[in-house]
Amino acid sequence: MAERSTENIPTVIADNVDIVYRVYGTGAGRGSATAALNRILRPKQAEKTAGVRRVHAVKKVSFVAYKGEAIGLIGTNGSGKSTLLKAIAGLLPVESGKIYTDGQPSLLGVNAALMNDLTGERNVHLGGLAMGMSREQIKERYQEIVDFSGINDKGDFISLPMRTYSSGMAARLRFSIAAAKDHDVLLIDEALATGDRAFQKRSEQRIRELRKQAGTVFLVSHNNKSIRDTCERVLWLERGVLRMDGPTEDVLKEYEAFTSGKS
Amino acid sequence: MSQVLHTPPHSPAHAEDDLAALAARYGLSVSGARPSLPEYVRQLWARRHFITAFATAKLTAQYSQARLGQIWQVATPLLNAAVYYFIFGVLLGTKHGVADYIPFLVTGVFVWTFTQSSIMAGTRAISGNLGLVRALHFPRAALPISFALQQLQQLLFSMAALVIILFCFGIPVGPSWVLTVPVLFLQFVFNAGVSMVMARMGAKTPDIAQLMPFVLRTWMYVSGVMFSIDSTLKHTSLPHAVQVFLEANPAAVYIDLMRFALIDSFRADQLPHHVWAYALGWALLAGIGGFVYFWKAEERYGRG
Repeated sequence: MAERSTENIPTVIADNVDIVYRVYGTGAGRGSATAALNRILRPKQAEKTAGVRRVHAVKKVSFVAYKGEAIGLIGTNGSGKSTLLKAIAGLLPVESGKIYTDGQPSLLGVNAALMNDLTGERNVHLGGLAMGMSREQIKERYQEIVDFSGINDKGDFISLPMRTYSSGMAARLRFSIAAAKDHDVLLIDEALATGDRAFQKRSEQRIRELRKQAGTVFLVSHNNKSIRDTCERVLWLERGVLRMDGPTEDVLKEYEAFTSGKS
Repeated sequence: MSQVLHTPPHSPAHAEDDLAALAARYGLSVSGARPSLPEYVRQLWARRHFITAFATAKLTAQYSQARLGQIWQVATPLLNAAVYYFIFGVLLGTKHGVADYIPFLVTGVFVWTFTQSSIMAGTRAISGNLGLVRALHFPRAALPISFALQQLQQLLFSMAALVIILFCFGIPVGPSWVLTVPVLFLQFVFNAGVSMVMARMGAKTPDIAQLMPFVLRTWMYVSGVMFSIDSTLKHTSLPHAVQVFLEANPAAVYIDLMRFALIDSFRADQLPHHVWAYALGWALLAGIGGFVYFWKAEERYGRG
């Protein structure tokens, strides 16, 4: 914390953010043909009658994140953590309020860009390009990525299609590709829970490195230990409301009391 | 909870209207806003290697589970052509008056398939790849363009099969074969443009993907894939508007230009008037129009 005392440079500012999902085909309309037609013809008025349900996922959340911070996001399932993360990444629209960011925050994850029918090697290239790395950067880091994933520890698996990998191997390769890029603002969603113990250790190490290079890291996790290990500040979301924002120990103490009291 | 929402020790408390001012002071930008058009083009250009790698990856992944593997890239279009020949050449006998009917038909089928599959893939480019769109940041136009590029690569495989067919029917290699390059380029730009229009519509209303096969089939039947528009127009008296409509049809324009380039018995007088102007005009209209139309909704893809 000492290095920040000289200058507090904000990297992510959430200003009174509300996020609302619209789910079609529920409730009164029951997804019937007339309701669907009504919705297409009169999108504005029909929203209530045609069975569109509004899910208010994040409610009036404000915070300022500074350069060099690692911030944990905690909360019970369905409390809006991942939604908030996606909104910070600019992948979900906010209903009201604004999110300001320094540069483009990136969500750690390349799952969607990879193809199971291609070899691990080609997936490293494809995933890297999808994240916006240049060909030279990928060539430079290729060996590093493969070594880090440990895919080749048990023979030459990198030249086999990804569908032949065990789920743990595939998860390790995905994390290795995603973690190969340097980010200004890095958003991580439960990525630490993959792989065996040895790989988890390596991942935590890599996240600490990324944190040094990145401006700010956000980590969503249900594992309080990994939050304690990596973050010094925690935001606690409950039912979409920011319930607490403070140093890791203070918030986790309250959170643990809350969750154990409930069960 | 007594401790609810206390401010973190290192940051001073901010009033709500203060936050916007703070963001402005440090030059932070609103997350997920649409970039300007030149900036968008620049971002897209920066991702060009992703576009080509994604197209190639999709193409290779397509047949990777099949025993014969990549042989299907050539075998599929050949089988397609065989079916069309059997139905339209043998059973229905639409070939009357067309010289070199099989090369004529196969060229038509391949060139049409390029447009058809690009548009079909474009319709699902966003709605079928929501996982990708919701996970990573890149100019979304990369997707429809990449799918059109994949179809272009597919067409190049088909062209290899076509060259074999042309040789089998004793059609000589001529200097006009060079014309295939500009024709393919213009058709690619046209296809990519229409794909982008369909991608935006398909992203908002995925139901369009159900409707497109019927629209495309109708379009195919009026595009002279298995009959010669030129000789049909000469032998029947259709209203002038219908004639212009048939001749200006972009699919027909690209198909006829390709036939003119490849088949020596398909002469220039069989082409409609101003055919190159049509080919260029459609490419520019669809390419630029489609791109701008797609860009206008950039910040809304994969949301809600």
